[in-house]
Formats: sequence, C-alpha cells, structure tokens
Amino acid sequence: MHALIPLPVILPLLCAAVLAAVNQLAPRWATDAMGLACALAVLVLCAVLAAHASHRLVYWFGGFHVRHGVAVGIAFSVDRIGAGMATLVALMVSAALLYSVRYFDEVGSLFGALMLVFLAGMVGFCLTGDLFDLFVFFEVMSVAGYALVGYKIEEAGPLQGAINFAITNSVGSFAMLTGIALLYGRTGALNMAQIGAALATHPADGLVTVALLLIMVGLLVKAAIVPWHFWLADAHAVAPVPACVLFSGVMVELALYGLARVYWSVLSASLAAHTADLRAVLIALGLLTALIGAVMCCAQRHIKRLLAFSTISHSGMFLVGLGLLTPAGLAASGEYVIEHAMLKGALFMAAGILLHRFRTVDEHELRGRGRGGDPGLRVAAAVFVLGGLGLAALPPLGVFFGKSALDGALTPVPGYGWVVGVLVVGSALSAGAILRVAGRVFGGWGERVPRHHEVLSAVSELPETLSPHDRTPAVMVAPPLILLIGGLVVGLFSGLRAAIAAAAAQMADRASYVAAVLGGHAHAIPAPHTPVVTLDFLLAAATVLGAVALAVWALAAPAVWWPLERVQGVATAGIVVLRRLHSGCVNDYIAWLVAGLAVAGAALALA
Amino acid sequence: MSERARLGLFLGAATGMAVLLAWGMAGLPAFGAFHGAYALLIDHVVVAQRHATDAVTAVNFDYRGLDTLGEEFILFTSVVGLAVLLREQRSERERPPARAGEEHRFQGASCALRTLTLLLVGPLVVLALYVDSHGALTPGGGFQGGVLGAAALLLVFLGGGYLTMRRLSPHRLVELAEAGGAAGYGMIGVGGIVFAGAFLKNFLGYGTAGELISAGTIPLLSMAVAAEVSGAFVLLWSEFLDQALIVRRG
Amino acid sequence: MSALAYGTAGWLFLVGLYGIVTSRNLIHMVICLTVVQSSTYVLLLSIGYRSGAAAPVFADIPPGSRAVDPIVQALTLTDVVVEATVVALMLALAVQAHKRFGTLDPNELTPLRG
Repeated sequence: MHALIPLPVILPLLCAAVLAAVNQLAPRWATDAMGLACALAVLVLCAVLAAHASHRLVYWFGGFHVRHGVAVGIAFSVDRIGAGMATLVALMVSAALLYSVRYFDEVGSLFGALMLVFLAGMVGFCLTGDLFDLFVFFEVMSVAGYALVGYKIEEAGPLQGAINFAITNSVGSFAMLTGIALLYGRTGALNMAQIGAALATHPADGLVTVALLLIMVGLLVKAAIVPWHFWLADAHAVAPVPACVLFSGVMVELALYGLARVYWSVLSASLAAHTADLRAVLIALGLLTALIGAVMCCAQRHIKRLLAFSTISHSGMFLVGLGLLTPAGLAASGEYVIEHAMLKGALFMAAGILLHRFRTVDEHELRGRGRGGDPGLRVAAAVFVLGGLGLAALPPLGVFFGKSALDGALTPVPGYGWVVGVLVVGSALSAGAILRVAGRVFGGWGERVPRHHEVLSAVSELPETLSPHDRTPAVMVAPPLILLIGGLVVGLFSGLRAAIAAAAAQMADRASYVAAVLGGHAHAIPAPHTPVVTLDFLLAAATVLGAVALAVWALAAPAVWWPLERVQGVATAGIVVLRRLHSGCVNDYIAWLVAGLAVAGAALALA
Repeated sequence: MSERARLGLFLGAATGMAVLLAWGMAGLPAFGAFHGAYALLIDHVVVAQRHATDAVTAVNFDYRGLDTLGEEFILFTSVVGLAVLLREQRSERERPPARAGEEHRFQGASCALRTLTLLLVGPLVVLALYVDSHGALTPGGGFQGGVLGAAALLLVFLGGGYLTMRRLSPHRLVELAEAGGAAGYGMIGVGGIVFAGAFLKNFLGYGTAGELISAGTIPLLSMAVAAEVSGAFVLLWSEFLDQALIVRRG
Repeated sequence: MSALAYGTAGWLFLVGLYGIVTSRNLIHMVICLTVVQSSTYVLLLSIGYRSGAAAPVFADIPPGSRAVDPIVQALTLTDVVVEATVVALMLALAVQAHKRFGTLDPNELTPLRG
C-alpha cells in the first residue's frame, strides 16, 4: 500500500516522456491507447489509495525521515480528501482522453503527452505534504495548461486567451511563492506539518497574515474568484473542448483544495483568533463571485464562454463552503465539487459535439439546428437539459445533495443563514442560462433575431477535429453520457456523503496531521453530520423553478413582458457596465489583480 | 477601462500592496541572522551522509529530488508546448537557402567572428562536461552544465553557421536526448524503489567525498538532467530560429 | 540592511507589475514578468543569507563550518527554470501574434470581450 503512493505521479510522467519521444513514429491509435491506459491506471491507483487512507498514509521520498523534529526530505501525506480529489482528477482526464481521440491530428501524440503531464501535476498537487512541492506541482499544472489553451494558433482568440491566462496565472504564482518564502523565513521549514507545528505556538502576526494573503491570492487566481477571474472566460472560449473539461471540472476546484489544505494543515492554529474575520472575507469573495459569474453567464451567447461563467459562479459557491472554515463546510464543498465536475464536463463535451457538427458554438446561429435523430445530438440535448436541471439541484439528482450539505453547513453558523438565499439566486441564474441554450438550440424556441445587436463576444470557430462532420463519432458520445449519468446519480450513494464527511473531519484535524507526519499521537475530531431536511427540498425547488422561469422568460417573445421594460432597462445598463469591465485586455486584468490583493489584504489586516 | 482609470486603480492598489508587503517582511529575521533548522541540519550532515561536498546539488538531487523531477518536467512540458504552438501551419512551409555558401549571409558573419567561435566551441563543450560531472563536488550540476552544452551549439549559429547547427543537432536525436533525460531521471528514481525501497532514494555506494565518483546516484541524476536540459534548450532555440529564418508564408 | 534587501524584492515585484499594467508590447510584458519573478529570487536568497558565512560548498572548507542556506539556493534554481519555461511559451505566443496578425500589441488582439 505504501509503495503505491508515488506511482500515480511517476507513471504519467514517464508515459508522457515516451509519448513525446515516439511522436510521428508510432501510429495514433497506439499512442492514444497508451495514454488512456495510463490515465485509467492512475484512476485505479488513486481509488485504492482513497479507500485505504482512513489513517493518513505518509510516504517519504528519498528514504528520508524526520530527524529531531525536522523533516529532511519531501513527504506525500495522503488523506481521503486528497486521494479522493486525485481520483476525480484521473476520472476526468480519462474521459477527456477518450473524447479527444478524434482531435489533434496535427500534433499526434504531443497532446497526449501534455494531458498526462497535466494529470501528474494535479495528482501530485493533491497528495503532497510539502509547501514548495505544492508550488512545483502547481507550476507543472499551469505550464501544461498554457500550452493546451493556445492550441488553435490560427486565430487571434486563442492567442489572446493564452496570453491572458499565462500572465495572470504567472503573477498569481509569484505571489504564492513570495508567501511561501515568508513562511520559510519565519519557520525555516518547508514541510506543511512542520510549519504548522512551528506557527501554532504564536498567534498570527503581520508576516503570517501577509503570507496567508499572498498564498490565498495565488490560489484564488487559479480558482477564478472575483476579481481574479477574468482569465477563465477568455481561456475557455478558445481552448479545445477536452482542455476545457479539465479546467472547469478539476483545475479550478483543485486550487480551492489547495487553499483548504494550506489553511487546515498549516495556518489554522495560528489564525484561530481571526477565524470569524477570515470567514467573512472568504464568504464575501465567494458570494460576489457567485453573483457576478451568474449574471455574466446569462449575458453570453458563446456557449463555451457561458459555461465558463457558470464555472466561475459555482467556484464562488465552493469558496462559500470552504470559507465557513468548518468541517461541515469542507464536506459540503467536497460533495458539491464531485457532482459539479461530472455535469460540467458532460456539458462541455456536449458543446464539443455541437462544435463538431455545426462548426459554431454561437447560441443564436445554432437556433433549432440541434433537432435531429442523430445519437450525438440526442445525447447533447439530454446533457444540456438534464445537466442544467442537475446544476439547479433538481432533487434528488445532480448537485442536490451537495447543495443541501452546503445549506446545512451555513444555517447553523450565526449570521450567515441568509447566504442560502443568495446561492439560490446564483444557481437559478446560471442554470437558467443553460436551459435557455437547450431550449434555443434543441427546441428551436426563442426569437429569430437577437434582441441585443452589440457583438456579444461572438468568436468564429475553426473546427477542432478533422474527421467528417455529418455524424458524431462514438468516442465523442459515450464520455458525456457516462459523465451525465454519473453526475446525476453520484449523490444518491448514501455511503458517499458519510465518507466525505469523515474525510473532511480528517482533513480539518491539524493535530493528527502533524502527528502522522512528524510522529506523535492525537485524538481525531468527530465527523460532521448534516442530514437532508425539508428546507433543502424547498430551496432546491425554488432554484429549479427560478431556472426554468428564467429560461422561459428569455425565450418568450418580448411583447409578452413589456410591463417589465423599466426594470429590464436598469438591469441591461448594469449588465453593459459589467461586460465592459471584461475587456479582454490583460493590462486591466493585472490592475484588478493588484486591486483585489490590496483590498483583501486591507480586510485581513484591519480585522 | 481607459488607460488613466487603469493606471489610477493600479497605483492606488500598488501603494496598498507596498504597505502590506512591508508589514509582512517586517516579521522576517534580520538580513544575515537566518537560523532555520532545516538548512543548518543539511549543512552539518551533507558531507557525512552523502559524501557530497556541494550542499546545493545534494539538496537538489537527493534531499529534495522530487522537486527537481517536477522542475525537469516543467521544462519538458514547455518544449512540447512550444512544438505545439509553433507547429507548421497549413499556410506555411520551410524554405532553407539553396546553397551552402549562402548560409552565413544570414548573419553576415565576418572571418574573425567565425574563427573565434570555432575556437571556443571545444572549450565550452569541455567546460559543460566538467560542470555536469562535478556537480556533487563544486558549484554546478546538471542544469548549469546542460545550458553550457546547449550554448556550445548555439555558438555555431552565432558564428554564422545556422545550417551547420541544424545539421549537427538532428531533430530526432535531440528530441530523443531530451525525452530520454527526463525519463532517465524517473527511471533512476524507480531504481531507488527497486533497490532501496523508496523513490529517489540514493542506492549506489557513496565513495569518498571529493572524488569524481562519489555521492551515489547524484552524478547520474545530474547527467540525466544535463541531457534533458541541453536537448530542451537546443530544441527551443531551433524552433525560434526556424521561425525567424526559415519559415515563410505561402 | 534588512530593509534594503527585502525592500529590493518588494520594489522589483511592484515595478514589474507596473510595467505589465502599462505595457503595449508583448515582449516588453514578458520581460516585466521576469522582473516580477526576479523579486522572488532576491527575497529567497536574502532570507537565507548568514553574515560571515561561506558558500555551502565544503570542498575546501571543513564540513560543518558556517555556511549560508543551501535550501533557498536550490529553491531559486527551481524557480529560474520555471521562469525560463514560462517565458519560452509566452515568447512563442508573441512570435505567432506577430507572424499572423502583424502586431505585438495585446490590445489589438481582442476578439474576446464581454
């Protein structure tokens, strides 16, 4: 069991080297099969680790151990949340690799090599117990991402998206490294448990607060939290669909996992006096992101960009769960992340099916064209309708259980009960936009000429695949179908909720983390228990009804709704301002990054 | 946003950030007064434990060898990414010059420049090999030596012989060296599992400190990294130079 | 002295960001990004310095004598390689932008808006 721990990281790295070496020499089917086999092997390994990680597994690289309380080498400390996230990552990468079999004829096996390195970086990020190693795997993830986004170099859009992505995320990484350097300067250690133990003896002072701020900003840039979120919509609009599946499904969520890991394993003891203030800052950021993401989602007509803003909105909701700084909130976000990843992955793949067939993902150009008996289009229709309803938490499918856990975690915390209402609004808006797309594309409803004549970020799309377009190949139909069904029913497994709750308690237990890594004993903290209550059903029903109503309203003829013109005018003006801020210009994005850092820092400092 | 608004927003935010950074850095130990336990421990044990006299290389390839594996693969990824980003477009083709004599008109190199660079290539290769192999003994190691090796090849280009440089570094071979170096590092690490029970554990004899063959697997890892880094940099420079000198539209 | 060492790191970080925010040329922007990254090198190396200590190479000094921190030097080495790779990828994007669209101004490449 112990010996398996380094394998999920080494195996994809070695396979990636082999794939790059045999590029153009080996036939495409062989390299695809090798890549897929490697990803599935990693999936099995991570699942086995997750099943056995109820007592933390610690693996020391280089055979080093702790000497006099000093961690001399690098450790992987595997707990259930880390191994569980790694399993989810491997699942999504396998689905994306299967889906992309028909893609990327021009670069052969190089795409597979990039995806495997991406997989290795993400799995290493989940399993590591060393702060600088976390940064190294974070960079592995990022660099593979930059290469994947800029793939379609013939157009200006991908270049812009890749540049925005690379510059904003690099600045975030440097901020994170500065924070790590500060913590090293204070404690002289890089092992997370050792830093945590060293910091726990004193309350947080300026250095610890600023280090937290810098590491937090670095991770939240990757997690696309407002005001660091601008890059994600640009990158998703132009990246090839398999890359979008991974960015939205797991990369963003992994950054939030990183924040949770750094908080719970390193800083929670020293920040104990400031928990309420940190909670307020994180939840405020999460709510702002959830609302802005949802509003921008409704205003898009480019389907991939619409789904990107939906991801931003959900990322904000995950941050609300994490920001509660309780094991219950952590468990809720964990459950929500799993359901969301599969549904969002399926949605992007369905958008890819439309792109493959019709060479466009513009909602208005596709109006009515999704009607047809082709199995690919039928699956895409099912994914959009059921995926949209699933993201609206239609009980008992989709994110219903994750949402109810989140509501259950919020209501007991004094002063935060009203947040559930805001989450309902955010979910309804973004799910409503997805249902609107489903109605327009697959039902042919909605007006013929778009109401707003300004260019709503319509980007012309070159096809991503070279195979014939009148039929959807089976490898593009099976993965979204599997992910859709998985995302809808995974919440129903009652064992899953209990397992995640226990895993969250394990992660939040800093004392036993330190004991497992550095030696010693500690008592485990009890797992949270948030049963599903009637309120959850009411909130979910409200979300679903809101989403359906919004979709119907958007598709109905304008004459029916003229009494609301005044309200609509104000709302439109607000949306126009918001959309102008998303200017596509990287200078603006960096200015917002620094502004967000300064404001968040001021909030933390003055608290 | 207008440029003025953006600049105003940034300057205000940067002032705030400067204050925050100053507040954070005030908590650092004074310059020169560092006393981190990890560093002191390594300084004390590295010669006795690994018979390596260069502590930085020992940290890079032994104590924190996993970080170096990740870093090596970041370089590998960027080379693969570069090959993807600069791949030949359907609307382009490569147009190398017709005659060999035309090649050093690319850069207009004079006879003095060509002679000097030819004289320097040999010593630079020797220096690269020296720095690689003595990584565990003196400042140096795989990364530094690898860059020197790639630079020796670049000198040929700088002396006006771009096509000679391309001929000396056939694409397939360099790609193989690069991927081989990356995989080689991983395989030596797996050797640590097979022979010593932990990934990247130093499983060879440590020898005597100060000799060329010492410090176990550290020189081997250093060589693997050198192969990977020189291959990577040669590929990077070739791609960029191809774009500038050879690739033409239509 | 500490103020100078750590202040340089902070100044480099902010000046590099200023360069990126006001930049009109992709290559200039990439170089400003390297300036931002240099600030992390300066910070790491300043943190590890010990006054009156030698380099952590024990070839000609007795093992166990006072030496600076080798860990931050190894971290900086990793950092340098990471920077080189990111710069390479971004310069490739700049080359493509110039080749296909004749411009290095990122503001002229903006079909993605709103």
